[in-house]
Amino acid sequence: MMLLKSESLPIVSEQDIVRARQVARQWAIDLNFKLIDQTKFVTAVSELARNTLIYGRGGFMLLEAVEKDLRKGLRAVFEDRGPGIPDIEEALKDGFSTGNSLGLGLPGAKRLSNEFEIISQPGEGTRVTIARWT
Amino acid sequence: MNAPNHTGLPEIIKKHETDLLADWLKEQTALATRQQVSLKEGELKSQCSEFLRLLRKGTQGNNPDISTPEWAEMRELLTSVSRSRAQQGFTPTQTATFVFSFKKSLFIRLRKEFANNADALADETWTATNLLDELGLFTTEMFQKTREEVILRQQQGLLELSTPVVMLWEGILALPLIGILDSARTELVMQSLLQKIVETGASVAIIDITGVPTVDTLVAQHLLKTVTAARLMGADCFISGIRPQIAQTIVHLGVNLGDITTKANLKDALALAMKQSGLTVVNTKKLKEMAA
Repeated sequence: MMLLKSESLPIVSEQDIVRARQVARQWAIDLNFKLIDQTKFVTAVSELARNTLIYGRGGFMLLEAVEKDLRKGLRAVFEDRGPGIPDIEEALKDGFSTGNSLGLGLPGAKRLSNEFEIISQPGEGTRVTIARWT
Repeated sequence: MNAPNHTGLPEIIKKHETDLLADWLKEQTALATRQQVSLKEGELKSQCSEFLRLLRKGTQGNNPDISTPEWAEMRELLTSVSRSRAQQGFTPTQTATFVFSFKKSLFIRLRKEFANNADALADETWTATNLLDELGLFTTEMFQKTREEVILRQQQGLLELSTPVVMLWEGILALPLIGILDSARTELVMQSLLQKIVETGASVAIIDITGVPTVDTLVAQHLLKTVTAARLMGADCFISGIRPQIAQTIVHLGVNLGDITTKANLKDALALAMKQSGLTVVNTKKLKEMAA
């Protein structure tokens, strides 16, 4: 896999979520993502950035444009040093929320992405990685 | 090196006040020409002499901490200087130059005054430079604050601008949403829609999301809440402007909009609303042609 470019964005306020979405959309356009793929990726970024802010108490997003076997793709890594997720399986269930939300953000982001990985250590933080290919 | 307990600054400023002021003004005017900014001479002169007066007063207290009450007047002066410069479109550097440009004039005096005492000269220079740095940084901070206030005002302005509720027909309201739907905006949107429903006694409200680029679970949740609230007020609520990619994304997210009437565009939503209200649109031209 070849790294085309990467950028790290802090996520510490609502404005940063908007910024993360805008950058993600621009990069998806630059890689010639179809409109539907742009929308899916940007929506997943929006969900995960918000989780980083609200549940992870802030962190950052690492956005990478990559190329593998002549296919281009976008990968986003969300990392926080928040309380972590004690039960990942439960967190990935539709409708599960420790906040006052619909509980669809995390499982939704998984369904919107081609690749999805979540690593979380209670008390240390959470890292979610998603990728979407053209 | 420790700052001396007693500084000679107030005496020196008092002794050379006129010269210092003249030198400093000359220096600032020269810098202004180089930076291509225009200073109002009268205003600058009064700001400078006020600065000298307050600097003397502040240093008399022998307290280099500019956040203490002794420096309150100085802080006020610098706040007003940076505010007026920010409004005139100065850069932060040009604004802080007001304070920093004083160093040259002051240091020349110090050098003459302590020509025979290198230790005292070093001490006084150190004290003065520390103090002026702090005052300069304070000016920059105030400059930033003024700009942030402007941004905040604009944000609030945008917030109010972007939530118009329009009446499409008697009893039919439309709320065209454009841009980002965060919690603050949604609250305002919901408020103004519900308010308008009360005022107009509308029976149908259409929320159009054509201008919302990303519909994630938070936006969906906000929409669901607004629709529920509108229903509680006795108005039916449709959502229009669901584009294909948004529809697909909503499905993937697993958001259930099941019992909400949605339409692809505002036209279809309006047609449905009119039908529900028992209204029909007739093309009179065609009717006449048919009659003829």
